Amino acid sequence: MNILSIIRIAFLALARNKMRAALTMLGIIIGVSAVIAMVSIGQGAQASVQAQIENMGTNLLFISAGAQNVGGVRSGAGDTGTNTLTAEDLDAIRREVPSVAMVTPNVNARSQLVSGNLNWSTSLQGVSEQFPDVRKWTVQSGEFFAETDVRTAARVIVLGQTIADNLFPGTDPVGQTVRVMNLPFRVVGVMARKGQDPQGRDQDDTALAPYTTVQKKILGSPRLQIAYVSAISQDATYTAQAQITDLLRQRHKLSASDANDFTVRNMTDVAEAANETNSIMTILLGSIAGVSLLVGGIGIMNIMLVSVTERTREIGIRMAIGARSSAVRTQFLIESIVLSLTGGLVGIVLGIVASLAIPLMLGWPTLVSTSAIIGSVLFSAAVGIFFGYYPARKAAGLDPIEALRYE
Amino acid sequence: MQAILEIERPEVEMSARQLAQQPDARPVIRLDQIHKTYTMGDVEVHALRGVSLTINEGEFVAIMGTSGSGKSTTMNIIGCLDRPTRGTYILDGQDVSELSKDERADIRNRKLGFVFQGFNLLSRTSALENVELPMLYADIDATERHARAMDALASVGLAGREHNHPNQLSGGQQQRVAIARSLVNRPALILADEPTGNLDSRTSIEVMEIFQKLNREQGITLVLVTHEPDIAEYATRVVVFKDGRIKEDHNVASPRDASLELRLLPDVEEDED
Repeated sequence: MNILSIIRIAFLALARNKMRAALTMLGIIIGVSAVIAMVSIGQGAQASVQAQIENMGTNLLFISAGAQNVGGVRSGAGDTGTNTLTAEDLDAIRREVPSVAMVTPNVNARSQLVSGNLNWSTSLQGVSEQFPDVRKWTVQSGEFFAETDVRTAARVIVLGQTIADNLFPGTDPVGQTVRVMNLPFRVVGVMARKGQDPQGRDQDDTALAPYTTVQKKILGSPRLQIAYVSAISQDATYTAQAQITDLLRQRHKLSASDANDFTVRNMTDVAEAANETNSIMTILLGSIAGVSLLVGGIGIMNIMLVSVTERTREIGIRMAIGARSSAVRTQFLIESIVLSLTGGLVGIVLGIVASLAIPLMLGWPTLVSTSAIIGSVLFSAAVGIFFGYYPARKAAGLDPIEALRYE
Repeated sequence: MQAILEIERPEVEMSARQLAQQPDARPVIRLDQIHKTYTMGDVEVHALRGVSLTINEGEFVAIMGTSGSGKSTTMNIIGCLDRPTRGTYILDGQDVSELSKDERADIRNRKLGFVFQGFNLLSRTSALENVELPMLYADIDATERHARAMDALASVGLAGREHNHPNQLSGGQQQRVAIARSLVNRPALILADEPTGNLDSRTSIEVMEIFQKLNREQGITLVLVTHEPDIAEYATRVVVFKDGRIKEDHNVASPRDASLELRLLPDVEEDED
């Protein structure tokens, strides 16, 4: 008895009861499409967070003055009251740490920018000329200020798109003047639009000036709050983190028992934490959908058991005319595998359709995952075998004499 | 009418007897001291108490007996659906009394054809597919399967009805599909279990006509289980069971001739379409 004949027999048997076959498949169809749709929602979220984090900067590290706990006084990182991060520290990092490619300080001054009769309150950030490279942020028109501007504390400014739109509606701001605290600044460039950060803040609502200028002319203080550092590679971020910590501890003359008076955060860590959160969400969504797949499998077993009882006489006939037990068992097993696998394939198509429709209808990003598709196919085949085996064995174990007598 | 019957009968009788009584006739079935005991709870039921029976190639044997006489048990053993508790059964030269379940399935497939009282066709399956079924289990390729099934259906007078489903066929036609199905693997023996039990008398004669034709023209060995004496009269030999033993075994001097009787019956309107 070759397997092809048995497969043929199984298909003929299923074709004799199309309605029931279709209803049985429905459970698997819903289960598989739910798994695929849910996993693509999860993966879509993951991919978009990933992209946003990538967008924050190149192999980014974040140094802030102060720490969670300095001398028993708890203070937030980047507190303006601390004086533990200096321009000299950053110069030292740039010079002495080999795994660091670029450094930019970031001093923040909440300021009102005025142009003609328009004004706009925003955060004015004092940065170095390396800022665009560190933060992966390009200039759209004009240019970024140069190292000489930083050295000479020049009154130059680069605007974010939101400010450009609000202070210079309809005109090119490059070459014009804005006033900050009554000091005129020359607009040398406008940054490209960056959009929202992962927390939903408008990153384009910002103005950039040399940090020296902001320190001397606006804040009147040499304090640095935070700095961004770009490591030479993704892997080097961890080395850079350790080396910066060592260097700063040495420069700040901290003894082994002293806590850090600064904080170095590796954005790769942040990215990984965000990734982990999203993986957990993906697994959660997938497992909930998986439960429906399991229920679908139990549905198959139920129908197959009913089918074996209902077709007892048929099984008797088949055995009487020469079907071996193994042929009967294989036939019923194949029937349930065909049901679950066909259901699985239809479910994949529906799942992909749903994954493509969700961004259009709900605006959520989705990413159809190949592993979810392969997993669903394997799982539905496994469901067919697992839940089909018991009914098939029951059918094969029937006694032909009893089965023929069954009414 | 009587006269015609008298003239026709001896010829039939001769051919059947010649086959059965040839000294070198090959036995298809040899049952030797077959015992079958069922255990129902604590009670042992002796269904067969030492049955010995030889059926030669070309014989048409009717097995009779009341219910509980052991004829159905004998039928199941001959049909390799069941195994004897004790004794030897040689089918077509092969000892089948100790075979496993799978080996018996293969024997049923290749050496035996079954015709049942309730027809036992697969529903929602065409006549052709029903007839092809035993060949599907015998791994016969599609072309030959189709050809042999078509031939078998034609030989029982169902040409043109190949694609009808059982519910579109009359009882007599369904039984003829079942006969065609029993023939396709060219078995050594056809077993018919009360084949006319669900049929009216005219259709019964039609079915017996097919059996007689297969027996006479193709020399197919037939074993028919029935409790109707008039049906048993179409056979060339009658074996009567009682209380798990053979009570009577005799050749029929002049079996009834189904095709002759059909010719003499008044025509009826065929309303089977």
